[in-house]
Amino acid sequence: MKLTVGGNVKEYKEGMTVGELIEAEDVKTPMYVTVSVNDEFVESGDFASTTLNENDTVEFLYFMGGGR
Amino acid sequence: MAFSNEQLERYSRHIILKEIGVKGQKRLMEGSVLIIGAGGLGSPAALYLAAAGVGRIGVADADVVEISNLQRQVIHATPDVGVPKVESARDKMNAINPDVKVETFRALVDGENVMELISRYDFIIDGTDNFGAKFLINDACVIAKKPFSHAGILRFQGQLITYVPGEGPCYRCLFPAPPPPDAIPTCSQAGVIGAMAGVIGCLQALEAVKYLARAGKLLTGVLLTYDALTMEFRRVKTPARRNCAVCGVDAAITEAVNCVAAPVCEGINI
Ligand SMILES: [Zn+2]
Repeated sequence: MKLTVGGNVKEYKEGMTVGELIEAEDVKTPMYVTVSVNDEFVESGDFASTTLNENDTVEFLYFMGGGR
Repeated sequence: MAFSNEQLERYSRHIILKEIGVKGQKRLMEGSVLIIGAGGLGSPAALYLAAAGVGRIGVADADVVEISNLQRQVIHATPDVGVPKVESARDKMNAINPDVKVETFRALVDGENVMELISRYDFIIDGTDNFGAKFLINDACVIAKKPFSHAGILRFQGQLITYVPGEGPCYRCLFPAPPPPDAIPTCSQAGVIGAMAGVIGCLQALEAVKYLARAGKLLTGVLLTYDALTMEFRRVKTPARRNCAVCGVDAAITEAVNCVAAPVCEGINI
């Protein structure tokens, strides 16, 4: 199935969960990433149980704490 | 407020813009901005807001200028090493534009002083370097109903979002709680490209100018991310969280308190 992840359209395996996508995309800080699917946030406790569907748009938001 | 001839000349490039004009410039001159952190992000923001003629600008920072700051904190110069950052910043801002009233606060912004401090300004710029301060400023601004610009930088990346009360998510909607200390690399551990602070700090200044002059659209509900290695800007739509602990329904956080977190970008203390 096709997903748009961080603005890039790619092919992923059918029925993939948010948790599996985090692993597949090699997210460096999987414990602290915020995920939105189709502009709705997924609670971090629900990553493993949230299944993705064809044409979903997924965004990863990362902590960035610097400023000085 | 009538413009003097000098002001008409000084601000002519603003006044000629139809989105700013005489009206917008007047709003800037009657407006006020608080910059928390006179560092990488705060430096360009302070320079451009002073140049723009924002009437009153507060600068809050507890530290003195260190040599490791100078790679990116462009409001400070080599002779300023050892000088309080707020004084160094004020001198440059006054030199650029003597019309601007610069108010300095040589203090760490914390749970004790944050509400009083932000209450005196129209718009707040978060130029701090640690998650404790970033969450504190968010919570204080949400509770006080103050618009503010949040930003973060690391390595070759930066991001920012603007909070306006009632118009989209706050920082805590994006990230419900600060990460534990050392979970996320800091700039002193991982580095940051100096000009990144310039890009993102200037974007924060633009948001403040647009808010005060009521021009264009702000980054509400949109996290703008920038990657300097690929030169890609992305607008990531971000909803508000209904169960957000500070801006959501039945919010549990009703007071801005310090969260303990290690500095992220302070460089090596000498
Ligand atoms: Zn919120």
